[in-house]
Amino acid sequence: MLQSLFMSFTDTRSRDLRTPFAVDVVGLENYAKAFSDPVFRKAMLNTAYFVVVGVPLTLLMALAAAVALDRGIRRLRGLFRLGFYTPVITSIVAVAVVWRFLLERDYGLINTALGWVGIDGPNWLGDPHWAMPGLILMASWRNFGTGMIIFLAGLQAVPWMLHEAAAIDGAGAWRRFRHITLPLLRPTMLFVSVTTGIGYLQFFEEPFVMTNGGPLNSTISMSMYTYRQFGFGNYGLAAAMSYIIFVIVAVVTAIQFRLLRENT
Amino acid sequence: MTRTRSQWWLYIVLTLALLAVIAPFVWMVLGSFKTQGELLQNPPTWWPQAATLDNYTRLFSRLNFSQYFVNSTVVAVAVTAGNLIFCSMVGYALAMLDFPGRRALFLLVMGTLLIPGVVTFVPLFVLVTNVGLSNSLPGLILPFLVSPFGVFLMRQYISGLPRDLLDAGRVDGASELRIFGRIFLPLCGPALATLGILTFLGSWNNFLWPLVVAQEESKYTLPVALALYSKGQNSTQYGLLLAGATVVVIPVLAIFLAFQRRFIEGIATTGIK
Repeated sequence: MLQSLFMSFTDTRSRDLRTPFAVDVVGLENYAKAFSDPVFRKAMLNTAYFVVVGVPLTLLMALAAAVALDRGIRRLRGLFRLGFYTPVITSIVAVAVVWRFLLERDYGLINTALGWVGIDGPNWLGDPHWAMPGLILMASWRNFGTGMIIFLAGLQAVPWMLHEAAAIDGAGAWRRFRHITLPLLRPTMLFVSVTTGIGYLQFFEEPFVMTNGGPLNSTISMSMYTYRQFGFGNYGLAAAMSYIIFVIVAVVTAIQFRLLRENT
Repeated sequence: MTRTRSQWWLYIVLTLALLAVIAPFVWMVLGSFKTQGELLQNPPTWWPQAATLDNYTRLFSRLNFSQYFVNSTVVAVAVTAGNLIFCSMVGYALAMLDFPGRRALFLLVMGTLLIPGVVTFVPLFVLVTNVGLSNSLPGLILPFLVSPFGVFLMRQYISGLPRDLLDAGRVDGASELRIFGRIFLPLCGPALATLGILTFLGSWNNFLWPLVVAQEESKYTLPVALALYSKGQNSTQYGLLLAGATVVVIPVLAIFLAFQRRFIEGIATTGIK
């Protein structure tokens, strides 16, 4: 950890591995280089897009599934829970390979399904505007199961008496959900959004397998670009970039803590 | 009103959602038995019209997937064994033993839990290269033999066990190792099971580290091989890739289904996948 901090201030390259004392300290140059690199800036924007759209979508799907399982049905709960959780445990690489075909323009399953309801699906991964939504769709599909399980545990802690009292006072199901369940779920919500956010800020496998960052760098992520610089042997620069990711993760986590805590 | 009044329309919505969640896997498995021509058909087919094992034979004979399968298994088993041994030891020490700096050590472990893997992988790679372990299976195993998450999990669980057991063991003259191995470890069954399953799945699916360390084809793990094949000259061999994805996913699915109850309880209590 400290070594990578030091390395981010040096011009370490792959050939320097044998002679660790030959590297020069270059100060903030790597950071300046990273921020002035248009591709890295593009990667930051893409990552922000992925997180800002992906986290709420994943949270919403997780919450909807959890509430439906907890309150709506009595039988087969275990089966649905198991099914919804299954994608989480599978390898992202394998899932991404499969989704690459699902999102194909002509013979992909998703556009075929859209065709049934009369929608002419886009060329998901080949179109700079649709590639990122495609990746977000896949990530939400894969990850909402974790949130669902944690929300289910959180919902168990909501005292049923409050709901009965509110129902007697004439509050409908939606109002009870908004004013009783949601506020009590706030800590759970914080937890799920923080863990999902940390994961999404580092997304890597999805573009690596599905789009290779393209088309036109529209899906390159910060982690992926860091990996690419690492692959070129620019270790100092890669370390600096990974520190930028780390600081962003820390700041975003702190902001989420603030936001979800204050409104209680 | 009743607490849970089953609503029939919710069953329909949930069933449709379940189908949407499961469909990619079903399609993957069915697709792995199809020919290239059939996979390119428009509209796509569900059942293979002329089912063939061709994709699998090519995967294992020409593309060396049996080697990657062995690599993945060796790494996952070794990492899991290491975590079960070391995490329970460290967790036990942090939970039960008094020694100076215990609190600081625990905070240090918690601190590393929060650091994203991206930050450490460059210096870790340099370290592993300098000790000559890059491009080797030990290089894939050693950095993961103990994990802060596992230490935390075991520490929390052991903290809940009665301290009297420790005192009783000492009064009876048992050695410290014996107290740990014979008294506490057998009581840790549920926690060890959770840790074992989570670690095995995590290691099996791990991608970034093996991608960086395994430079030679013979050291690839399954996800690395699959990812690189999906980008290289085989990128349009759809049947082959679907068969590869099936080989990666099916063992994990089998383990998950066998242990799912314990697994989902573990997630609910620890919150970490």
